[in-house]
Amino acid sequence: MRKLTLWLPLALFAFFAGLAAYMLTQEKDQFVESTMIGQPLPAFALDPAFDGLPGASKADFSGKPKLLNIWASWCLPCIAEAPQLEVLKQQGVEIIGIAIRDKPADVANFLNRYGNPYTRIGSDKISEVQLAIGSSGVPETFVIDSKGVIRHQHIGDIRPEDVPVLLRELEEAQ
Amino acid sequence: MIAEIGLAALWLAAALAVLQMISGAAALRAGPGETNPLAIYARPAAVVQAFLAVLAFAMLLRSFAVTDLSLKLVATNSHSMKPFIYKLTGTWGNHEGSMLLWVGVLAASGGLLAAFERRLPELTMHATLAVQGFVALGFYAFLLLSSNPFERLPVPAVEGNGLNPLLQDIGLAIHPPTLYAGYVGLSVAFSLAMGALLTREVNPAFARVMRPWVLGAWVLLTLGITAGSYWAYYELGWGGWWFWDPVENASLMPWLAATALMHSVSVLAARDALRTWTIMLGVLAFSMSMLGTFLVRSGVLTSVHAFAVDPERGAFILGLLGLYIGGAFTIFALRAGAVAEGKRFAVTSREGALVFNNVMLSAILAIVLLGTLYPLLTEAFDVRVSVGPPYFNPAGAIFAIPMLLVMAVGPLLRWKSDKPARIQFELMLIAALVIGMIALVSFFGQFPLLPLLGLGLAAALAVAAFLPLRGRSLKRVPVATWGMVLAHFGIAVSLFGMACEGAFSEERLAAVAPGGTEQIGDFAVTLEAVTPIAGPNWTAMEARLAVSQDGGAPVILTPQARSFWSPPQSTSESALLTKWNGQLYAVIGNQAEDGRWQVRIWWKPFVTFIWYGGLLIGFGGILSIVGRMRVDLKRRAASTKGAQRRADVEALGPAAPQPAE
Amino acid sequence: MIRWVFAALLALLAVPLAAQDSMPPAPYAYNQLEDPALEAKASALMHTLRCLKCQSQSIADSDAPMAGDMRHQVRARILAGESPDQIRRWLIARYGDYVSYEPEVSSTTWPLFAIPVLVILIVAGVLLRRLGKRRSDGGEAEAKA
Repeated sequence: MRKLTLWLPLALFAFFAGLAAYMLTQEKDQFVESTMIGQPLPAFALDPAFDGLPGASKADFSGKPKLLNIWASWCLPCIAEAPQLEVLKQQGVEIIGIAIRDKPADVANFLNRYGNPYTRIGSDKISEVQLAIGSSGVPETFVIDSKGVIRHQHIGDIRPEDVPVLLRELEEAQ
Repeated sequence: MIAEIGLAALWLAAALAVLQMISGAAALRAGPGETNPLAIYARPAAVVQAFLAVLAFAMLLRSFAVTDLSLKLVATNSHSMKPFIYKLTGTWGNHEGSMLLWVGVLAASGGLLAAFERRLPELTMHATLAVQGFVALGFYAFLLLSSNPFERLPVPAVEGNGLNPLLQDIGLAIHPPTLYAGYVGLSVAFSLAMGALLTREVNPAFARVMRPWVLGAWVLLTLGITAGSYWAYYELGWGGWWFWDPVENASLMPWLAATALMHSVSVLAARDALRTWTIMLGVLAFSMSMLGTFLVRSGVLTSVHAFAVDPERGAFILGLLGLYIGGAFTIFALRAGAVAEGKRFAVTSREGALVFNNVMLSAILAIVLLGTLYPLLTEAFDVRVSVGPPYFNPAGAIFAIPMLLVMAVGPLLRWKSDKPARIQFELMLIAALVIGMIALVSFFGQFPLLPLLGLGLAAALAVAAFLPLRGRSLKRVPVATWGMVLAHFGIAVSLFGMACEGAFSEERLAAVAPGGTEQIGDFAVTLEAVTPIAGPNWTAMEARLAVSQDGGAPVILTPQARSFWSPPQSTSESALLTKWNGQLYAVIGNQAEDGRWQVRIWWKPFVTFIWYGGLLIGFGGILSIVGRMRVDLKRRAASTKGAQRRADVEALGPAAPQPAE
Repeated sequence: MIRWVFAALLALLAVPLAAQDSMPPAPYAYNQLEDPALEAKASALMHTLRCLKCQSQSIADSDAPMAGDMRHQVRARILAGESPDQIRRWLIARYGDYVSYEPEVSSTTWPLFAIPVLVILIVAGVLLRRLGKRRSDGGEAEAKA
């Protein structure tokens, strides 16, 4: 009995070392995924983010699958993903934006410089909708199906290789 | 040139570590009675190595002092415009520099051990030095192969990147080096434990050699944690002093193990009991400090303090961890069965109380370890969870409360066996204090359970700490006993501070226009003005807050919101008003569009006692070391005198019969 | 404490704080609720919620804008009469267990509670073995190595 107990520390240590070694080989995932996938969008109604486009509400997500893009004019990766959003728009995807903690003038400026792929942009001054759908940063893009159910979450800026993935997700959300 | 000297010294030191290891191991292989010719090199190798490693560190210090931008490490972590003191402290504010500091201290303590320790059997000493050399070699390899601090840039940089502003603080100057020195002290304890285990010399003599190292490491860890907690308190700007963050836990775990080890080694020294347990704790304490290093540097866990993260280094440290700790536990499993348990004792005895608290400390260690590593475990299954204060506080308290109660009583008990009836009065007094204090505080209002219990225990412990002195002539109490009394009193003081902070803190967050006044506790805080000011490598908005207590003369506090430009980052510099019975903590935030300023103010009664207590605990430890050393030197002097007398008698012996002839 | 370092420097240059965005924080991000009892409830809850943008801090200890918005949500919901437990559940439904520092017994967290119980059992076992066995030969008899 005592013999066995003496091996216990080594066994515990081996377990830890194995776990740590495995975790070192894993990519460190810094993203917090939303657990709202498969759930209907929570009800919301946001004022327009600037004069050019109407605001956004839950009711706007009906008819066909759409993209919900969480972004902000002060966010650098949002500039990087602007061309990809433009591509998606040209493919006939309807993108509804939600601008986080943003000012109308800044939003208008940003769209002037980097293009406007949106049909509507709601202004979320206190991250209310962002929190309600489980998003933890900008930019993030959600695929919403025709019944208003959240189907897919893309965290971070959309790279060219992500475009087909989003298109397929939209297809599947039909 | 300077950097090349440092690098050369480091390589030479590594070579000497190999020599020390081989020489020490050779001594073990010699048969009984013989001495291996190689064995004589172990001690000198350790001493010279100490000089070389310290020299290497001094060279790096000099490169940082003059901001030698041809060094990669300096260019990435320093800046010519940085205040001089932070250029120096920046030496260990990065991974490579802090590892060099670590090996510097490691080699220095190995050198001290080799130069001055003569009490151990020579064989055990050699085994110890061999282990010490082996440990040092791993860290030299780590530095030289994967994190060379002296790497040159092909083209010297024009300007450095600067140091993380959170680290540009005097707290950083003392906190990490103190902790490292503590970790390293535990490595000596580890080497001694392995040496004793390998040569089957686990006995009181060995415990007496190990004790000052454990005590010293423990004092440094105590002070390091205390300084770190105070640094987080005033630098992070939200008044928290302990976050149960992985990096904080990484420093707490070795402390818990060292606390247990310190008590168990005392039992071994005084009573020749707890042999295996002491060895086990010796290995555990060092493995906790290495585990801490691994967690902090590998970035497997997210932490506020993670600033030197690199998975490749993590793999290297994990390799070392596997080698040393895996090896040590294997030897432990193979050898410890052969070590007898030592003398036995009754439940109600000094040893009984110490064993109880040793087990409780280990249980708390297990909880902290579990809570810290659990998120890592679930991440392996792609599930992310958070474990925080609401878990650690109650789970730790389950074991801490009985431990603190036994701590109050333990020092009153006699060694080997005692009757509870003998200390009836003391037991009643302690119980009355706990219950009385809790009843008194509950009378004044509703407070959370843990702080309430903390207050009761603190009151009882504060009195109980001095009970061992009752009925003794104070002049004749040994210095080491005073050390224990002070350290235990320090626990009470610290606990009192924690409980008060938890139960009575007041918070005021408000948007204040210049000229506006906020009331918190007895204090009226008026925002007089906010002005921009500039520092050497930052600019700031500085608020002038006039604080007046009960309408008295106002004191000016100047919290700042600082923006550093290299690297670009902003920090809140809190302003503290320290009173004997607490601290007023003020922070200035951003300006709202209507021109009002965000002001955060806390009144934290007796919060300073947390760190006063930490200092008392450390001071108690120092007294204990001094006391033990004095006794030891006296004993050594007495034994040399005795030996001399015996030699004299022997010299006289053959001469004595002569007259008869 | 190192006042001498910058005492000589003039306080003339100042650039505005480099904030992530220029929006004023949400109303309850940096302001307390009027009712101290409600504020105490909100504050206790905020200390146990994780700031998602930070390294490892609660939303009560962070200057990140998102932590401010989360504080606003907590205070606004407390004010609207929701219980702290409801708010925690609302957030867990969106971000999973990660957002809460207070693990609850679930399929992913049960070892956090089972292991301490196990530790208590082991501790009891060790203490009984070491201390409970008060043998008659308990004196020096065992000392022989």
